Amino acid sequence: MMESKIPEGPLADKWSLYKSKAKLVNPANRKKLNVIVVGTGLAGASCAASLAEQGYNIKSFCFQDSPRRAHSVAAQGGVNAAKNYKNDGDSTFRMFYDTIKGGDFRSREANVYRLAECSAHLIDHAVAQGVPFAREYAGYLNNRSFGGVQVSRTFYARGQTGQQLLLGAYQALERQAALGKVALYTRHEMLELVVIEGKAKGIIARNLETGQLERHAADAVVLASGGYGKVYYLSTLAMGCNSSAIWRAHKKGAYMAGVSWIQFHPTSLPQHGENQSKLTLMSESLRNDGRIWVPKKAADDRNANAIPEEERDYYLERRYPSFGNLAPRDISSRAAKERIDAGHGVGPMKNAIYLDFSDAIKAQGKDKIEAKYSNLFAMYEKITGINAYKEPMLISPSAHFTMGGLWVDYELMTTIPGLFALGEANFADHGANRLGANSLLQACVDGYFIAPYTIPNYLAGELNLPRPDISHPAFEEAEKEVRRQLDRFLHTNGTLSADYFHKKIGRLLYEKCGLSRSRKKLEEALIEIRELKTSFENDLRITGDNTLNSELEKAGRIADYIELAELMCYDALQREESCGAHFREEYQTADGEAVRNDNEFCYVSAWEWKGLNNEPELHKEPLTFESVELAVRSYK
Amino acid sequence: MKLYLKIWRQFNSSSKGEMTDYEIDGVSEHMSFLEMLDLLNESLIQQGERVIEFDHDCREGICGQCGVMINGRAHGPLKNTTTCQLHMRSFKDGDTIYIEPFRAKAFPVLRDLKIDRKAFDSIIATGGFIGASTGQAPEANSIPITYETAEAAFDAAACIGCGACVASCKNASAALFVGAKITHLALLPQGKLEASKRALSMVKQMDEEGFGACSDTRACEIECPQGISVLSIAKMNLEYMKALTFRK
Repeated sequence: MMESKIPEGPLADKWSLYKSKAKLVNPANRKKLNVIVVGTGLAGASCAASLAEQGYNIKSFCFQDSPRRAHSVAAQGGVNAAKNYKNDGDSTFRMFYDTIKGGDFRSREANVYRLAECSAHLIDHAVAQGVPFAREYAGYLNNRSFGGVQVSRTFYARGQTGQQLLLGAYQALERQAALGKVALYTRHEMLELVVIEGKAKGIIARNLETGQLERHAADAVVLASGGYGKVYYLSTLAMGCNSSAIWRAHKKGAYMAGVSWIQFHPTSLPQHGENQSKLTLMSESLRNDGRIWVPKKAADDRNANAIPEEERDYYLERRYPSFGNLAPRDISSRAAKERIDAGHGVGPMKNAIYLDFSDAIKAQGKDKIEAKYSNLFAMYEKITGINAYKEPMLISPSAHFTMGGLWVDYELMTTIPGLFALGEANFADHGANRLGANSLLQACVDGYFIAPYTIPNYLAGELNLPRPDISHPAFEEAEKEVRRQLDRFLHTNGTLSADYFHKKIGRLLYEKCGLSRSRKKLEEALIEIRELKTSFENDLRITGDNTLNSELEKAGRIADYIELAELMCYDALQREESCGAHFREEYQTADGEAVRNDNEFCYVSAWEWKGLNNEPELHKEPLTFESVELAVRSYK
Repeated sequence: MKLYLKIWRQFNSSSKGEMTDYEIDGVSEHMSFLEMLDLLNESLIQQGERVIEFDHDCREGICGQCGVMINGRAHGPLKNTTTCQLHMRSFKDGDTIYIEPFRAKAFPVLRDLKIDRKAFDSIIATGGFIGASTGQAPEANSIPITYETAEAAFDAAACIGCGACVASCKNASAALFVGAKITHLALLPQGKLEASKRALSMVKQMDEEGFGACSDTRACEIECPQGISVLSIAKMNLEYMKALTFRK
C-alpha cells in the first residue's frame, strides 16, 4: 500500500524522466474531469490555478472569507532558490545537500532534489506574475543568506514575501474563476472525505455562513490545508489553522507521517498572560545583530540594563562558538528552553530570554540598526509597549511549522488513490527540521510544478470510469456522520468552552510533547489526553445554533486536535532517537546535543488509523541515501 | 480595567441590528483588542448566550480578515494598525467603546461584526492580475526592474484587502483598494501590457459592485493599516483616462 514511487535513474534525472513518461489527458477530455482543492494558500491556490489553466474543472475551498487570507500570507523572510546570481557557488546539488542536512537526514532524497531543481523556475514564474521582489540598483534581483546555509539564495519582498507570493497565486486563481474554470467556495470547511471503492471521490463541506452541509464530487481531491501547529494553542499560526481536513482523511485511510516533528521558532514574543490567543513571530533575521543571553544567576530580578556584562550568559555563543546566535532553529529553541527550565528565564512570566541589540547599536550606530529592522522594532513596541533600542527584546520559542502531515509518495498522492496532499499538509521534503525560507518554496513548487504533472497522470486512468455522483450511498453516510457530530456538539450542554479544551491540549503538548520529550512524559501525556477526550465529550458547551457559529466550527477542530495529539505522542514515543525538532531526553550526549540513531530509525514513520481508542499501526518507509553520506549534524 | 462596550448585534443580513451594552472587567492592558472580545465571548458562553461573531485570523496584521469600527474609526485609534494589532493599553479604565462592523452597501453584514467582502474578490477577478500561465516564464533577470520601481510597486502591492478604506469613506468608495492593485501591476514591465484593459474592467466592476465614487477626501489613506498612498488613486485615474482616450 505504501509505495514511494521514486523514479528510476540518477538523482538529477529522476524528475525529467518522470515528466517525460507521465500520462497525459487529451485537452478535449480535460473539461470532463473535476478536481476539488481544499485550501487556498500557496500550495492550494497555485495548484487550483495551474490545473484550471490546463483545462480541468476546479472547485476551490477555503474557510476564510477570501482566498487571499490563507496563512501563507504571514510568512516573512523569503523564498529559497538555487540561482547562483551571486556567483558564490550555489547549485541545485548544494541546495539539495543543505536541505537534506538541515532536515537531519530524515527526508526523501528524490523529493528534496526535485525541490531544489524546481526552485529557480519559481522565481521566474513569480516575477512574471508581478511579485515585487527586492532588486539591486542595476535592476537585477537581490537576495540574502539565511540560517543553516553559506550561500545567498533567499529571495524576498521586504518582510512580506509570503504575502506577495500568495497574492500572485490568489490573482491567478481569481483569473481562472473569472474564466469559469474555478468555482470558489469561500467560508466553507471540509468536514469529511468521501471514499468510493477505495478512491477519493469527494468531500462533505459545511457552508460557514448558512450552516448547510454540501456534497461535492470530483475525480480527485487535493488537500492543501496547511499545518497543524495550532494544536499547541499558543503558536505563530493564524487562529483558524487546523488539522481537520487531513485528520478526517487520515481516519478514512490516509497515513500520517512524521507527526511529532514540529518546529519551534526561536524568535517569537513570549506569552504574557492567560488570555493570550497567539504568539507573534519576530523575523529570524534579528539574530544577525542581536545577541541572546540570560542572567547567570537564576531568578535574577534586576532590570536587564542593570546586569553587568560578566553576569550575563551568552549561552548560544558559549555552546556553539562557530554559529553562535545564528545556530539553526531547532538548536536555538532547545537551548532557550534549557536555560528557562533551569530558572534563568526573564520577563514577567520568567519564560523569555533576552535578544540584545546594545552591542550592535554601539558598533554600528542606531541609524544602521534602524535602517535594517525599524519595522520589527516598531511592531515590537506596538505589541509590548517596550522600546527595544533602549532595552533588550524579550523573546521565546513557539510552535511554528509542522514537518509532519499526510504521508505522500513521489507523486504527492496519499495512501488513498486520488487523494493528494500538498505543501505543509504533507510530510515530504523537510525531514525532521525545516530550514528557513523553504516552506514557501515547497508549497509553491508542489502546486505550480509538481501536481500539474502528477494529478493528470492519475486522472488519465479515471477518464473512462463512471463519474462519481453525490447521490452515492458513500456521500449519504459521510454527510450523516458529519451531522451526527455537529448535533452532538450542540447538545452536549456541558460547562466548558471549546477554547478551554484547546488551551488544555496545547499546554499538555507543550509540556510533554514539545521542545523536548521523554518516555515518562509521553506516557503520562497519553493518559491525560484520554481523560481530556472524555471530558470534551461530556462537558463541552456550545452556544448558538447550527447556522453561522464560530464556536461550533472550533469544536470540530478541537475534537480532531485531541485525537491528533494522541498520535503525536505515539509517534514521539516510538522514535527512540533525537533528530531535528524531535529531542528525546534519553538520547543526548553528555553536553546536551541530539543523538540520532541511523541504524534503527532511518525511516519515515507512517501511521495507520485503527479506530477510536485503538493504538495506531506503524508502517515504515526506509530512507536510502545514495548521493549523500549520513553525517552528524554539528553546529559547534 | 473595567470597560463599557456598546456592540452591534445583528442576526443576519436581512434582520435589523442594534447596539447592545456589555460590561467587562479584568481587562489587562497587554491584551489585544480581539483577545478582549474573546474574554467577553467566554463570559457569554458561561451565561449560555450566543457569542459575538467577528472576523479575524492571523492576528498579526497581515491577513486582512479582521476589522471593525472602534469609536467610529476603522481599526481603532492608532495609525497604520489593524484591529488585531491594537492593544488595550490604548484605552483606559472606565472607557466606553463603540464597536460596529465596517459599513458599506457592497459589504453586507453577515452576523454581528462579520461582513461579506466578496465584492473585492470580484473586482480582482476582472483584471487584477498579470495573465501569466504557469511553467514557461522567462528567466527572471531577463527583464531588469529598477530598484525604485520595485519599491514603488511593493508600496502599492502591500494592500491587505481589509476594507478599512471603504468603511472610512463617506461614499463607500473602493478607489484606494482598486488604485493600489492597478498601480502595483502597471508599474511593472510585466503588467504594463494589460494596464489599459485592467483599468477599464476593474473600474467598471467596482461600480457594478455598488461602491461609491471617490471625492478625494482622503480618509482612506489615513485609516489604511498599510499606509497605501492616495497617489495610487491618481494613478488609477491616469490609467483609466489613458485607456479611454486611446481605446480602439
